[in-house]
Amino acid sequence: MELEKKYSKIDEKVHPTFFPEHQKALYKKLEDKHTTIELDQDDPLSTQMILNMGPQHPATHGVLRVVLDLRGEQIIKNKLDIGYLHRGVEKIAENKTYQEFMPYTDRMDYLSPYSNNVALCLAVEKIAEVDVPERATYIRMICCELARVSAHLLWLGTKVMDAGALSFFMWAFREREKIYDIFDEVAGHRFTVSHSRIGGVANDFTDDAVARIKKFINEFPNELNDWEKLLNKNRIFVDRNEGTGVLTTNDAIKYGATGPTLRGSGIAYDIRRFEPYMKYDEMDFEVPSRVEGDNLARYYVRMEEMAESVRIIRQCFEKMPSKGAMRVDNAKQSYPSKDEVYYSMEGMIHDFMMTDTGICPPEGAESYHAIEAPKGELGYFIQSDGTGHPWRLKINTPSFRNLQAMEYTLDGEMVADTVLIIGGFDPVMGEADK
Amino acid sequence: MSPELVTSLIIAFVALFVVLNTAAIVVFAERRLAGFIQNRPGPNRVGPIGILQPLADVLKLLFNEDITPIYGRKALHTIAPIIPVITAIAAIAVIPFATGVVASDINVGVLYLLAVTSMGVYGVTLGGWASNSKYSLLGGLRSAAQMVSYELPMGIAVASCVLYAASLNMVEIVDSQEFWWNVFRNPIGFVIFIIAAFAEANRAPFDLVEAEQELVGGFHTEYSGMKFGTFFLAEYMHVVIGSMLIVTFFFGGYHLPFAGYWLPEMSETATIILDLIVFSVKTLFFVFLFIWVRWTLPRFKFNDLMNYSWSRLLPLGIINFVVIASAIMIYNNYFS
Repeated sequence: MELEKKYSKIDEKVHPTFFPEHQKALYKKLEDKHTTIELDQDDPLSTQMILNMGPQHPATHGVLRVVLDLRGEQIIKNKLDIGYLHRGVEKIAENKTYQEFMPYTDRMDYLSPYSNNVALCLAVEKIAEVDVPERATYIRMICCELARVSAHLLWLGTKVMDAGALSFFMWAFREREKIYDIFDEVAGHRFTVSHSRIGGVANDFTDDAVARIKKFINEFPNELNDWEKLLNKNRIFVDRNEGTGVLTTNDAIKYGATGPTLRGSGIAYDIRRFEPYMKYDEMDFEVPSRVEGDNLARYYVRMEEMAESVRIIRQCFEKMPSKGAMRVDNAKQSYPSKDEVYYSMEGMIHDFMMTDTGICPPEGAESYHAIEAPKGELGYFIQSDGTGHPWRLKINTPSFRNLQAMEYTLDGEMVADTVLIIGGFDPVMGEADK
Repeated sequence: MSPELVTSLIIAFVALFVVLNTAAIVVFAERRLAGFIQNRPGPNRVGPIGILQPLADVLKLLFNEDITPIYGRKALHTIAPIIPVITAIAAIAVIPFATGVVASDINVGVLYLLAVTSMGVYGVTLGGWASNSKYSLLGGLRSAAQMVSYELPMGIAVASCVLYAASLNMVEIVDSQEFWWNVFRNPIGFVIFIIAAFAEANRAPFDLVEAEQELVGGFHTEYSGMKFGTFFLAEYMHVVIGSMLIVTFFFGGYHLPFAGYWLPEMSETATIILDLIVFSVKTLFFVFLFIWVRWTLPRFKFNDLMNYSWSRLLPLGIINFVVIASAIMIYNNYFS
């Protein structure tokens, strides 16, 4: 009862002049939210307060909202509120052909668009039984690993910035810029690439793109070394990360953590190793893992993953056939090449058909296919009714699962740690809210 | 008016003018240096090499809307930004800039300085409290706790310098370093003092009062316009004053290193000019250090910060003080 009184004061406190009824209703809804947080009535000094962090907050990585129950600076309880970036992409997918849906996947985990494109393509190719040409597969792998490096670079920059060292953000972004330039050369877009196609990729690497990627993978390990030198022995950085946001192995499994978060908690599970897709079974790479489960462990895991990605890219270039088709040579499954479209009637018809109807997996076919995206297991479940549109398309996003686990690590930490822990779990709200 | 008073007033106003302008230039220098550290040019459009940028910033702040939160305390909200500026200005009074150039040569200069600089915390705490915002409140609380914690090690470090001069007068403290700077005689004290000075100025790695990331600006979240500008100015004035204090207490003030041994006697004017140059160069070096550290190091966590002050710096400072005091006593009794 007292609690109610305390909270209904908000009505007296706000004096909206613009659409007052609507605004008041909004505040009322806000009050009714999160009834699971109870204020401790035995608090004579009233040191306890509820702090609302986000959705508009510079350090919550997008529009994550964290409601913190604080005693002084210590978090007693917390509640995550997600959904501010919900766009209903799973529903949108039902009204799009598979290829049309691809640009939407770019905007899910917008830090590594290429991985999302590939995840969708692989899932569709699995139910429609499409064989992708070898060179196209290698191109996909190289770009996926570049996307992983790019996503981890953003994580590194923002995480160290969350810890208070502002310059690091710029240094990480300088390297990230090079990857953007590579994607610009490869796909024609810097950010939302949509370069992968069902049945292959849009176009081959240009010579310039190959030269740029090779230059990048030669220079990047040095930068990585420099950063490790700067951070690994930095007392403030290590102190702030060690022992904060601990996710034990059992909890990690229980709450469904995935990706670097899971590997930081002692389980070296990487889909690239355990259920290899594309050509990952031919690659020689380590799966970095740590047992501590704290922020520092996750930091080490991601740093080592970047080095492994560079190793994979190098091996891809060694094993990649120098020439080959970009898409499967079957007009029912994939777009014909532009040469055919512009200079033959059949090609043009097929191009129209692919755009209008698209690839039609057999009726009743359904499957789940997951890849190891930078944030963890990214899976697409597709159910087909035999038409060019998916009957149902569901996406298993790693950020959502990691946020689930994150809520349990925040309790008992300090306010200053919240941003660091969010940085350590590295959620992307576009992906968590879908 | 007596001639002494007139001289004092002239020195005070000139010093005030110089420090206020230095603060503006330091703002510019910080942004350019940050750009240099982060591989980007920094502001370079307003005036030659962007030197007029601070002016443009101030103009922009003047035209900003001045907002007080509805349920904030209006009076306190307005007074709060002025307090840190006043304390910074007041501290200038006792700092000797050159031989004989000091606004007021008082006997208890050190005590005055400690008293005045510790007042600055009121501005931040009141600002945080009067804003009626939870983020500001947390910032203000952090500031109060931090100031209390770091005032003590700072005082102890200064006390160990006072031992060498055997006086609380700032001029005598500087003159006691004519032969040996305190940084050589009292290195531990120097380390403690410089850490405390960074904490007093609320600069990285001790800027958890503003904590751009978690507290979104902390105490000045709810400030806009020139009120924010005043807080901003105060921060840079504290950087300049902090550098001056480091120089005065540990780097021989206006003396060149070991000047007593080799520097020949010069005319009064030449001495003053040389002193001013030496003092400015040293101060600018420490201003640079302040900026360099800010753009390189991560921030401390609140509990680490308290722990660091109370369980490391303070005991170390006390031990350092006792050792130096005993050494001086033994030296005076048995060797001189």
